[in-house]
Amino acid sequence: MAWYRRWARDPALVTLAFALSFFGIAMIFSAGVLNAPSPVTEDAWQRQFLWLILALAAFTVVTRVRSDWIEWLSVPAYLIAVVLLAATLAIGTGAGTAEGVGRWIQVGAFRFQPSEFAKVAAVLGLARLLSAREDSPRNLRDLLAPCALIAVPLALVVLQPDLGTALAFLGILFAALFWVGTPALFLFLLASPGLALILSFDVRVWSVYFVGLVGMVYALRYRLYLAESISVVFANLAAGTVALPLWNSLEQYQKNRLLVFLKPALDPRGAGWNLIQSKVAIGSGGLFGKGFTEGTQKRLDFLPEQHTDFIFGVVGEELGFVGVLAAIALFSVFLLRLVRLAERSPDPFAGLVLIGIFGTWLVHIFVNLGMTIGIVPITGIPLPFVSYGGTFLLTCWVMTGLSARLAGED
Amino acid sequence: MKAAHPEVRRQRARAAVAGLAVVMGILALAFFRIQVVKGSAWALQSESNRLRVVQVPAPRGTIFDRYGRVIAENVPSFTVSLFPAALDSMQSSLERLGPILGLDSSRVQELMEQARADRRQPLVVLRNAEYEAVAALEELRANFPGVSVEMLPKRRYVGDAAVGHIMGYVGEVSGAELETPRFEGYEAGMVVGKDGLERQYEPQLQGVQGVRYVEVDAVGRMVGSFDREPAAAAVPGTDLHLTVDLELMEFIHRIFPSNYDGAVVLLNVADGGILALYSSPSYDPNAFVGGIDSALWEELNRDPRRPLFNRAVLGRYPPASTFKLATAAIALQLGVVDPQEVMPVPCTGTFRYGNVVKHCWWAPGHGYLDLAGAIANSCNVYFYQLGLRIGLERLVEEASGLGFGERCGVDLPFEARGVFPASLAYWPEQFGYMPFENEVLFMAIGQGPNDQTPLKMAQFYMAIARDGSAPAPHLASLEDGQEVAEAWSLDLSEESLAALREGLRQVTQTGGTAYRSTLEYWDIIGKTGTAQRGPQQPISHAWFIGLVGPWDAPPEVAVAVMVEEGASGSAMAAPIAAKAADFYLRRKYGIAVDTIQTLREHQEAGVPWRGRVRVP
Repeated sequence: MAWYRRWARDPALVTLAFALSFFGIAMIFSAGVLNAPSPVTEDAWQRQFLWLILALAAFTVVTRVRSDWIEWLSVPAYLIAVVLLAATLAIGTGAGTAEGVGRWIQVGAFRFQPSEFAKVAAVLGLARLLSAREDSPRNLRDLLAPCALIAVPLALVVLQPDLGTALAFLGILFAALFWVGTPALFLFLLASPGLALILSFDVRVWSVYFVGLVGMVYALRYRLYLAESISVVFANLAAGTVALPLWNSLEQYQKNRLLVFLKPALDPRGAGWNLIQSKVAIGSGGLFGKGFTEGTQKRLDFLPEQHTDFIFGVVGEELGFVGVLAAIALFSVFLLRLVRLAERSPDPFAGLVLIGIFGTWLVHIFVNLGMTIGIVPITGIPLPFVSYGGTFLLTCWVMTGLSARLAGED
Repeated sequence: MKAAHPEVRRQRARAAVAGLAVVMGILALAFFRIQVVKGSAWALQSESNRLRVVQVPAPRGTIFDRYGRVIAENVPSFTVSLFPAALDSMQSSLERLGPILGLDSSRVQELMEQARADRRQPLVVLRNAEYEAVAALEELRANFPGVSVEMLPKRRYVGDAAVGHIMGYVGEVSGAELETPRFEGYEAGMVVGKDGLERQYEPQLQGVQGVRYVEVDAVGRMVGSFDREPAAAAVPGTDLHLTVDLELMEFIHRIFPSNYDGAVVLLNVADGGILALYSSPSYDPNAFVGGIDSALWEELNRDPRRPLFNRAVLGRYPPASTFKLATAAIALQLGVVDPQEVMPVPCTGTFRYGNVVKHCWWAPGHGYLDLAGAIANSCNVYFYQLGLRIGLERLVEEASGLGFGERCGVDLPFEARGVFPASLAYWPEQFGYMPFENEVLFMAIGQGPNDQTPLKMAQFYMAIARDGSAPAPHLASLEDGQEVAEAWSLDLSEESLAALREGLRQVTQTGGTAYRSTLEYWDIIGKTGTAQRGPQQPISHAWFIGLVGPWDAPPEVAVAVMVEEGASGSAMAAPIAAKAADFYLRRKYGIAVDTIQTLREHQEAGVPWRGRVRVP
């Protein structure tokens, strides 16, 4: 199998990616087995298979590009991604189960999701930016540039609106900052406005948190510049105050998703439906599941978006906890391999790309699996390699290709 | 950036792995909690998600006549349905079903349009499918995966229109009915009795619905099979045995002149059981099964002859001369007259009371008459005098005691109360004046405020055939050991009763008004009545009420016939009563039924009349 080794560059990673992809196609096939079949879901697995072939071609191309070219290409790629995201806001269209939101760009018969490409570009751009640094960030000001780099595509994605993908960008940012040795304290302070935003839904909790934060900043007055301290406190204060107007500015479906996350029974036939039916499907799977293609929740169409965002509902219902554990294990081994490759790689750029990909996929997996059982609010975020979707599968394989290519440079 | 030291990278990798382990650990625990710890609860939820309870209708109790013949039964009705699927596959299923079920291409097109309009419910392809077609379909079952054949019990009335009024009809329980206490515990879609015995004995006939589960998808489309065994089988309703003679009902339906409205009631003298209760025009209760056609419903309701109106228990008619028997009975009961006594004033065609001059229907006058002669001749003058002896107040009170202002208490959901004054207070209440004593002249001959149902009149005559006691007429046969419940009783000696019967007998003897309705095998005695209805309606209602039984034996059957605008009790009503009673009794005594029954029929057909023939 020397050709495979040569072609794959990192056979372990690529074999895991194959395993996940075929697992995905199998689950998409099962998702199409309904008692009242619809042509859209019935043939989805075949289309996904064709996309896999295309993805493998992309993988082959990516793994043949010289790594210094990749590094060089990251700046134009990032700029193109930002332009495309901006363009999406103007001319984007909806599609499939995400009919209402403009996430796709249509070019002739070809339609793709710029936000997927933007994730790759953001990983590369951030790796390029951070690897250019001499040493680890020493103060919060050092984090400004990487934050700004991520903030631009993130903001454009939020405006689509696509909160799930926005979270994936945050995964890239924090993973990469962590990898360059940013102190945990800084990462916490960076995340603190976000925390303030969440906690501000209860004024008392927020007040306690805010007092604690001010105390902490005061205690750390010798490690932080005054401007930094003021910025952190102000950012938290602002997050707390804009929470209400921000909430009001959310689309109704976004509000509902957050509300039913707290209380699914609030709207069982509407926004709570997905969550309730997904929990019923997964919960009723039990230890060993109902058998491949045999899920009743799925067959009877109770499970929403069962070939895309809620594909893991099919896994849970048909393969049971055993199957869920196997899938989690497969993902874990895949991500472990990325960490291992990053650890092995002496090239800071390569390490940062690998860890950035690790970060984004970790967010994808946690948010996707978490939302199917109600431990994370529902955001439209697909499961890497498994969820149906052409651009996304292509992106997954391009990222795998980048990982395999850059890991090979030891 | 300088490459980090491998040891630093190892530390960071270890931290990253720890982070990964935490995230995956949280997920694994969360899935463990929902799938393993709480799995059974969610499994239950999943079952209730996809299974819908479908009620299995219970077959209604069968209704039998007095000889155990089925009057109302349940027959299987087959409904062929197609589960919702992709439209082109439904189309191809329908096209293949076409030759088997006899659907032409235009019907297939129609069905496809229905399928397009409602994508959730199974498409009903054919109701009341032929058994042969269903059998053929069952053999080819494997070729038709989405096709289901549902078997439902369907009510069928054997007597058709002959039994319409006593059976009533069944239909789906309405929303308004469900809110009444009578239908507590019922569910929408259940078939219930709407009128007649079906309504009266609804709780007994209904039975208990069974339960079956069907699988549905998220939008409520049925996807599972109908054919599964029910989770709980339906318990059929309890059978109902009637005192009615089905063949007699059919016979009456045949002989009653179809262009006339009216009613026929035959009572079994022994226990008050109703042998026949017929109202013309009738309706076919089978038309209501499975939902009546709205055009037919309109027609039934708009028909000026009111076919849904049961004249035997709801129609109230002036009893006219037939009431004279009641006046006579009351007089005997009060002891104001002796049966052999002759009234002092002979009938000269007129009767003067104060400054009122009243007439007898027979202008030449009947002369001197005793009680029996007065009944036989229906002499008004005799009864004027009898009425005066009783007095208005006593007549009103005594007649009320015999239930003339009440219902008989028959076991049908609707029965009209007779119109009769309960006391003298009736006049001021209804007419605004205290009655003069001369009102008794009207009341004594069955005029004045007096309207009775045919059933009530039959009940009164039945009491004369018995010992004076009158049970409530009933359609359901008495259970073993069940006592005949007396509604009221005349306090008359056997001698007095015999005198009354003797008067009735003369009616059907040579020279009597109903002579030509005499029968060979049976002694028919009775009273004709011709109820005049005022100048606006010149044609009178025709009555005949009689008692029939073997010669020289007590009467066994009380029969009342009322023909609206029948003009003549003797020509129109009496033959129907005679023929119906003859038909019933011949079969009871094992004598061959003949179409030529009455004297008149013998004369017209030229068949020799054998006179009195004793029952072998």
